[in-house]
Amino acid sequence: MNAQRLRGLIRKEALQILRDPSSIAIAFVMPFFLLLLFGYGVSLDARHVPVALVADHATAETSAFFAGFRQSPYFRPRTYADMAAARQALMERRVDGIIWLRSSFTRRAVRSATAPIGVIVNGVNANNARIIKGYVQGVWGLWLGTQAQERGESLVVPVDVRSRVWFNPALRSRDYLVPGLIAVIMTLIGALLTALVVAREWERGTMEALMASPATIAEILIGKVIPYFALGMGGMTLSVFMAIAVFAVPLVGSLWLLFACSALFLLTALGMGLLISTIARNQFVAGMIALVTTFLPAFILSGFIFDINSMPWPIRAITHIIAARYFVSTLQTLFLAGDVWPVIARNMAALGLIAVFFFVVVVRISHKRLD
Amino acid sequence: MDWYRVYALVIKEFLAVLRNKASRMVLIGPPVIQLIVFSYAATFNLRHVPMMVYNEDTGGASRQLIARFQGSPYFALKGMLKSSRRVADIISDKQALMILRIGPRFSRDLALHRAARVELIIDGRNSNTALIALNDVNTVIQAFSTEWAGAHGWRAAPAVLVTRSWFNPNLRSRWFIVPGVVGLLTLVVAMLVTGLSVAREREAGTFDQLLVTPLNVWEILLGKALPGFLIGGLEATLIIVVAVLWFGVPFTGGVLALYLGLFLFLLAAIGVGLAISSASATQQQGLLGAFLFLVPAIILSGFATPIANMPVAVQYLTYLNPLRYFLVILRGVFLEGDGMGMLWSQYIPLLAIGLVTMTTATWLFRHRLT
Repeated sequence: MNAQRLRGLIRKEALQILRDPSSIAIAFVMPFFLLLLFGYGVSLDARHVPVALVADHATAETSAFFAGFRQSPYFRPRTYADMAAARQALMERRVDGIIWLRSSFTRRAVRSATAPIGVIVNGVNANNARIIKGYVQGVWGLWLGTQAQERGESLVVPVDVRSRVWFNPALRSRDYLVPGLIAVIMTLIGALLTALVVAREWERGTMEALMASPATIAEILIGKVIPYFALGMGGMTLSVFMAIAVFAVPLVGSLWLLFACSALFLLTALGMGLLISTIARNQFVAGMIALVTTFLPAFILSGFIFDINSMPWPIRAITHIIAARYFVSTLQTLFLAGDVWPVIARNMAALGLIAVFFFVVVVRISHKRLD
Repeated sequence: MDWYRVYALVIKEFLAVLRNKASRMVLIGPPVIQLIVFSYAATFNLRHVPMMVYNEDTGGASRQLIARFQGSPYFALKGMLKSSRRVADIISDKQALMILRIGPRFSRDLALHRAARVELIIDGRNSNTALIALNDVNTVIQAFSTEWAGAHGWRAAPAVLVTRSWFNPNLRSRWFIVPGVVGLLTLVVAMLVTGLSVAREREAGTFDQLLVTPLNVWEILLGKALPGFLIGGLEATLIIVVAVLWFGVPFTGGVLALYLGLFLFLLAAIGVGLAISSASATQQQGLLGAFLFLVPAIILSGFATPIANMPVAVQYLTYLNPLRYFLVILRGVFLEGDGMGMLWSQYIPLLAIGLVTMTTATWLFRHRLT
């Protein structure tokens, strides 16, 4: 390893970055733009769900029941005269659900004869449908309570669950989505930064020139990684700053640990980009591979939004080779739970292994290509 | 328009994309693998949620309640705790997602017709998973409660909810996700084929050669767009067949309605791809542009999270997104039995986006000429 040669290579790479502004755009404009878009765009908290209210025979009791829906922030109710009209509205996606009180409701409810309340939800978006069902249950539970109170009885159900949610008591989905998004965005940026650089040299024929120089393969690769690593850490700093300042996500863990983990993760992402461009040797193919292997797997297989435990075991096995999986878990823990060493040490060990794997493979392949 | 010249250009474009072995593989292999992997992975239905129980009660009622959790596919009982000492460690180290604590008076309270209390501690780091798991726990406990009330002569509630879900009776999120993946992958393929096609020629310097041939701007545009239509259409068909045959997603609507939607969607997607490609001078810029379009297009399409949950300003932004309309068409045709008549409100915006982006691409062609 020759420090002077290395410095020369880093200088060359830095000049190249400065002359083509697209790398700088990838490192700074992209995280800013994407985090803003995702932070506001991705939300699983359903609010103002449009529902149709239908009472076959409107009475004081039916309006007392419907009042719960009018007061709830989760619903935007609309009254329909009959089921035919409400069904039409559901078919045309103007409402997501129907609450239907039959004509016998008042009579049976007054006599405590267990009146059925018809609830129909549009099940196409199954997750949303389940959330809506939960909200309807909440309104129904409140109504049962007031009914019992009016009659001077106390409402007794056999088992009463008290649940406590740790680390995110208000269940704000943004608090866990934003740290996850940082992981997804950094996967993308890390791989994109390096995916094209080696491929470009091969395509232009300058790789042979570099190899003919006294610089070793390791020096060439380190010379390429260091400037992009600096760029990537800049983007990471920007993302963390935005998470705290713009999205008000609490950072419970320590900042230095967050940056140490990010640095390790960035190395795996850059290593993956280098591997892609070394294999492809062609910018078009390298770009396509980077597109296909980074963003979507990081989005879907990292546990960022879909629960890994619920996946079938072959898919669970695949998630172990996705670096973003470990980073998502680390970031969610650092932001919301604090410095939980067992979780972080586990994830960092995995990331370290992946990084070493990528760089060893890249050096090996490059050596072979020299001959 | 000379069709023979366009035909020659299409052949050349196909060769440019398919001649390279690696690029051939990238176009055909990953979409199918991704469809299968993502469709299995992308689910909001929880299974095997790791839980632990701390039971201080010695009566039979608590054992009945625990048996219900053991028998449920939604939960995986990881162990019984002997004391509350390790609760904090278990949750923060992710050894279990939740701990159910049953108090020492559980069976006695139930025997005395008093409300028996259980406590649930849940890891909220992933708040959506926590929310779904809470719902699942409530379902199990409510079923236990109702049965207990019936069997031991408690007072009945004045009204009960009878819930049905239309179009997807068992609320399988896979039925929602798989049609979404069809749209997602079609978009990615269309962008890959067209996003770099002009930029590649510009970087190699062959674009100038193309311009001095007798081909006019419209013929070049058509020649660049047609491979995208063919490859995108074929891949979409393959993915739809896998969705129906492999995943058993019901296909209840009209085939023609779906293909009209696919055609208009490809028109819009290819228009965007060509516009990006003609605006960029190098492949790196083209790739960056394709990315900067693809990623928000996927996030803001309603693929994973509903558009209705977004802030109003962002909701307006989604009207520019072709994937948004195509997802409505796909889900409508697959699950809701929609025919062409129900979908005009989706077709027309797609057509509009397609015309605008194609025109922009042509303008950029000419603009870059001078």
